[in-house]
Amino acid sequence: MANEVVDHGRRRFLTATTAVVGGIGVVSAAVPFIKSWEPSARAKAAGAPVTQSLKKIEKGQQLIVAWRSLPVFIVNRTPAQLAQLPKEDPLLVDPKSEVEQQPKYAQNETRSIKPEWLVMVGICTHLGCVPDFYGEIKPEPFDPNWKGGYYCPCHHSRYDIAGRVYKNVPAPKNMQVPPYHFVDDTTVQIGVDPKEAG
Amino acid sequence: MANVFSNIGDWVNERAPGMMPMYRAHMTEYYAPKNFNLWYYFGSLALLVLVNQIVTGIFLTMNYTPSAAGAFDSVQYIMRDVEWGWLIRYMHSTGASLFFVVVFLHMFRGLMYGSYKKPRELVWLLGMMIFLVLMAEAFMGYVLPWGNMSFWGAKVIISLFGTLPYIGSGLEQWIMGDFLPGDATLNRFFALHVIALPLVLLLLVVLHIAALHEVGSNNPDGVEIKKGPKGNRWDALKPADGIPFHPYYTVKDLVGVGFFLLIAAFIIFFAPTFGGWFLEHDNAIPANNLLTPPEIKPVWYFTPFYAIVRMIPSFLGSAVWGVLAMFSAIAVLFAMPWLDRGKVKSIRYRGTGYKVALTVFVLSFFGLGAVGAGVTAEVIPAWFGNVDLTFWENLFGRLMTLLYFGFFVFLWAYTYFGWETTKPVPDRVTTHD
Repeated sequence: MANEVVDHGRRRFLTATTAVVGGIGVVSAAVPFIKSWEPSARAKAAGAPVTQSLKKIEKGQQLIVAWRSLPVFIVNRTPAQLAQLPKEDPLLVDPKSEVEQQPKYAQNETRSIKPEWLVMVGICTHLGCVPDFYGEIKPEPFDPNWKGGYYCPCHHSRYDIAGRVYKNVPAPKNMQVPPYHFVDDTTVQIGVDPKEAG
Repeated sequence: MANVFSNIGDWVNERAPGMMPMYRAHMTEYYAPKNFNLWYYFGSLALLVLVNQIVTGIFLTMNYTPSAAGAFDSVQYIMRDVEWGWLIRYMHSTGASLFFVVVFLHMFRGLMYGSYKKPRELVWLLGMMIFLVLMAEAFMGYVLPWGNMSFWGAKVIISLFGTLPYIGSGLEQWIMGDFLPGDATLNRFFALHVIALPLVLLLLVVLHIAALHEVGSNNPDGVEIKKGPKGNRWDALKPADGIPFHPYYTVKDLVGVGFFLLIAAFIIFFAPTFGGWFLEHDNAIPANNLLTPPEIKPVWYFTPFYAIVRMIPSFLGSAVWGVLAMFSAIAVLFAMPWLDRGKVKSIRYRGTGYKVALTVFVLSFFGLGAVGAGVTAEVIPAWFGNVDLTFWENLFGRLMTLLYFGFFVFLWAYTYFGWETTKPVPDRVTTHD
């Protein structure tokens, strides 16, 4: 300690640079731990496309298939249900499906590629529950003027038979339409766009 | 024999000189106000329940399997095949609910006697952090049995983060480690529930008590005994209105512990599910991602906050508002020491406005709890017949939400603008001799 003159500026600089380098080290070291929480390769592989035959779904019936562990609703809609869709428009939040909750090819009144076939991720856009299917146009305990659609048991959100959300319910958006295409007239594949398949 | 013990004591003290001073500072020479009443049991009871949760939790991990395939069955195994496994699990599950009973009462005591006010702001903040960690701990513990309500509860709570704009859906997948709650989710929640959060919780509890002992305990009169006369039976320099925590309050707390354990034992042995309030019936079904339970509701201690999420409608194409409101309902409590500008601490000497507001606040908390637990959904049709349930439930729930937040707004205005008429605060605690 022969040198009695302390260069405080130099000392501050060295302390600051050491702290910065150390801080970068801590942040970098945290990255692998944070990234380890991302879906693993196995979880991602489980998200492969799903093919489903439509032959056994009668008019007015719904079939639920699992895609990426998500419930996907496939509904064979009746002409009466389809006729009801435009009449519901004034009661809906987003009747024209302007919010991006569907591929472009499903941005229409029926929210589908073929009018009668509804293919939709059955997850309520509020907090992720699976809404119940009340397809028939008849009075229900929760609504005497029910026109057919979906009713969420969690927070009572309502959707019409195209998955379009009604006004004054907790859910903000229409239910999501997944990418899908028709392999042939009676087979649908979920997870692949028509373009990619073509 | 006594000689042997004192020799061992001396041997330790020579090698760990801090231990006896620490013991004295926090036990035999920590002078607490002599006028503690029934409300002062709940701090030590919370500590008791924490110990219960740790001990029973350690034994549960010995037989629990943290995997989506094995979790549900391993809990049934604990309940049926493990010797006394049912008792250990019921002690843990009942303990969880009683933890919140005790903590809510402890917090109410703080509000009632102004224990959050200067100089105890830090004690309050640390306590609120304990409350937050406790909620996370309880939520993750609830997911572990992997019943259907565990699964759907997890899904709904994690989806709260999914409502955030831009980062929401990425954050949701990051928390779950999958596209739905699954094996990855269960395993990480297990790790957090049994290691990470308990460590944080213990650290916070130590800091909470250390911060309290630094400034000294408040009391039902809201009088600072450190500012009062000095000199008691044990120490001429210590507050005249203080008594040593040990043995005086350790003995008093033991009486509380006796009563508390009596109630806890009754629940554990005769009503462990507490009619579906402590353990929900839907959780006796294994997790099924394609089957939503008819009514998803959280365990009772989350219902008031959950009701707030439900009562706020979506607008501007986002459901984030309800989530923000729910988090604000907790965040606003952190701000209590700065919202309440009143100088008088205890409700005994505060204005009528404060008494009314606190009562309304507690009622709104119960009202929100009733909405969140689905009580109103049953009661409204039963009492009023065929009315529009959604309308009346929303009206009631929104009114309760308004009253809940209104308490804080009122309290600020009431004290900021000097509308409060207080009574004179005595110089010493009212029961001194």
